[in-house]
Formats: sequence, C-alpha cells, structure tokens
Amino acid sequence: MHTAPTDTEIISRVLKGEQQMYAHIVERYQTYVFTLVLRMVESREDAEEVAQDIFVKAYRSLADFRGESKFSTWLYTIVRTSCITFLRKKKLQTTSIDNEKISFQIKNHESSFRANLVEQKSKQAMVNEAIKMLSNDDAEIITLFYKAEQSLDEMGKILGLEPNNVKVKLHRARQRLKEKMEKYFSHEVRELQND
Amino acid sequence: MKYVNYKTINKLKDGINNSPELYINKIQTEGVYMNEQLNEERLWNFIDGTIDASEKSAIEQLIATNLEWKNKYHELLEVNQLMSSSELESPSMRFTKNVMEDIAKYHVAPATRSYINKNIVGGIGGFFIVMILGFLIYGFSQITWTNISSESILPALNISKKFDFSKFYNPTYVSIFIMINVVLGLMLLDMVLEKKKEKFKQKEF
Repeated sequence: MHTAPTDTEIISRVLKGEQQMYAHIVERYQTYVFTLVLRMVESREDAEEVAQDIFVKAYRSLADFRGESKFSTWLYTIVRTSCITFLRKKKLQTTSIDNEKISFQIKNHESSFRANLVEQKSKQAMVNEAIKMLSNDDAEIITLFYKAEQSLDEMGKILGLEPNNVKVKLHRARQRLKEKMEKYFSHEVRELQND
Repeated sequence: MKYVNYKTINKLKDGINNSPELYINKIQTEGVYMNEQLNEERLWNFIDGTIDASEKSAIEQLIATNLEWKNKYHELLEVNQLMSSSELESPSMRFTKNVMEDIAKYHVAPATRSYINKNIVGGIGGFFIVMILGFLIYGFSQITWTNISSESILPALNISKKFDFSKFYNPTYVSIFIMINVVLGLMLLDMVLEKKKEKFKQKEF
C-alpha cells in the first residue's frame, strides 16, 4: 500500500536537492495558507500573491525548519509575518483586536452575502461571511483554531502569545462571531436550523 | 480591585440617591450578564476539552440538571459546529505551478545557525563589556573621596582634574577619528558588494 510521504520526509528530500518534492508541500497546505491570508487580505488577487510569496519564502528558509514544531505551525508564522508586512505596506489597519471593520464594509458584506446565500443556501457561506466581518485578529484566531487545526499551544507559538492569552482571545473572537451571526444572519440561521 | 470596589460603592450611592429601584434593577441585570459571560466561557472550555476532570463532571451535571445550561450548551455547540463546517478557500488552479516556477530561480538558503558564529557574537559582546568595565574602573580610580564636614554621612565627590578631556577634543584627533570611520565604512561596503557579486555568480551557474 502506498502512503503519502510525511512533511519531514518531503523536507529532507527537498534539502537534498529534489526541488520538485516541494510541490507536495504546496499542494498540501495551499488551501490552509490561502484561507488564512484571505481572512486578513481583502482581495483574492492580493491573497494569491501573498500566499505565493509565503511558499517561496518558506522554500528559501527551509533549512531553518528544525522540526521542533509541526511544519504547519512554522509555516503559519511565515503567513502571519508576511500578511502583517503586506498590510503595513498597504497602510491598512491591522493591529487592534477590538477594532472592527467600518460599517459600510459590513453592509457590503451583508448585501453580497444575501445574494450569495440565495444561490448557495449553505451554512459555510454564512459562516465565511460572518468571519469576514470580524477584525483581522479575530478572523485569524478563529481560522487557526477551526481550519488550520492548531492547538492552543501551537497558536501561542504562531501569535507570540501565552496559551492562556490565546484561550481568552479565542473566547472573545467566538463571542463576537456569535454576535455577528445573531445580528446579521439570525433569519438565515433559523432557516438553516429548520432545513 | 480596590479601585473597582470604591468606584462601585460610589456609583451605588449615586444610583440609590437618584433612583433606587431603577439602579438596583440595573445592577441585577449587569450581574446576570457577567455571570452569563463566565458560564459561557466555562461552556466553551468544556466544548474545546480544555478543562480538568472535576470541572468537566461539574459542567456535565449542570447541563443534565439545569435547563438554562442545557439550552446554552446546545446553542454554543451549534455555533461550534457551524465554525468547524466553514469551507477552506482554494487559490487558482495554477497556484502550485506558479510557486514551482518561482522557486526554480532560487536555492534553499543555508540555515541561519550555520553562518552566525556564536564565538564572534560572544567576542563582540565581551569586547564591549571589557570596554565599559575599563572605563568604569578608570573613572572610579580618578575620584577622591573626602569628608566635607564631620556631620556629613555621605562623602563628597571631588573629581580630580587629572583626566583632561580637552586634550582629545582638538581638530587633529577629531580628523583622525573621522578618517578611521570612513576607512572602516569603505571596507564594510566593499565586503557587502563582494558578497553580492559572489551570489550573483552562483545564480548564473
């Protein structure tokens, strides 16, 4: 039976000169990386450019990965720093955890969501739209926990925080997401519950 | 904490004086809200499985016996399931190909630890520590400790005029200092350019 090579196996082969093996890493993590980037960067074009840059940076610094943490944890630290650098360059608001995006953006999200929902009628579309309404920090922490399969300890390493602080921030982010869903999508939530 | 209590007491006093019934009602509502927040946090920890066994059994019992807890638990569980079900976004179909084309231009950089020599870093640190200590020792050796009066507990500081700074602040010394810095700067620039040239040559081959 053929099993897929582990991250460590791929990395050691890439370091030995088998550059093509890196495609396995890209295939494996592209959706995670792209989702995380898209939570922080507004446009898909920018997100794709940043994600591509992240994989190139990761490749160039691959020798620095010591295997002390999961490869994904190491990769997400690059995602975070790259997104922050990109946002700084674009002079977008990135730091405040409590600052939510301005109201017209919410309205735009809401209207685009409603159009989207008519077509898709999916829970996923609703959650994704609600996450987009959160601040970058909240969206990042929720995505890392639910989508990137990172533990509180690993998230602490990525975000440079103590696991207890991560726990508090995650709780607050979930609280805010719940509020957003109740405020903007209560009708849809009820509809989905009845389906 | 003391400040919060003091503030709360003052607010309570004002509130009671103005409108006692309304104020008591407000305090009760805020109290219930805070309690709800705390319970919600406990429930989230229960859902995430980040609590110890005793807390877990206590919450299980509360969910089983208390309708309010049961409803809240199911509500949060639903939110949790919704969040877990959110989809991952996919980049364009050409994404992997683009990355592979991009990295074909580069080589994996050597590990940082291989070119940062700890001995050199330690040596630079040691040099500065020795310099600082040397200056301190020299400075203290130039101080003469004398008592101004018999009543004074602390000795007065008299820095002798043995160390004459004006000797070093003349145009000749300043020019020599600038010249040394310029030479060092040019040497550094030469080293950087040499390294860049080598890297460029490596890429070409």
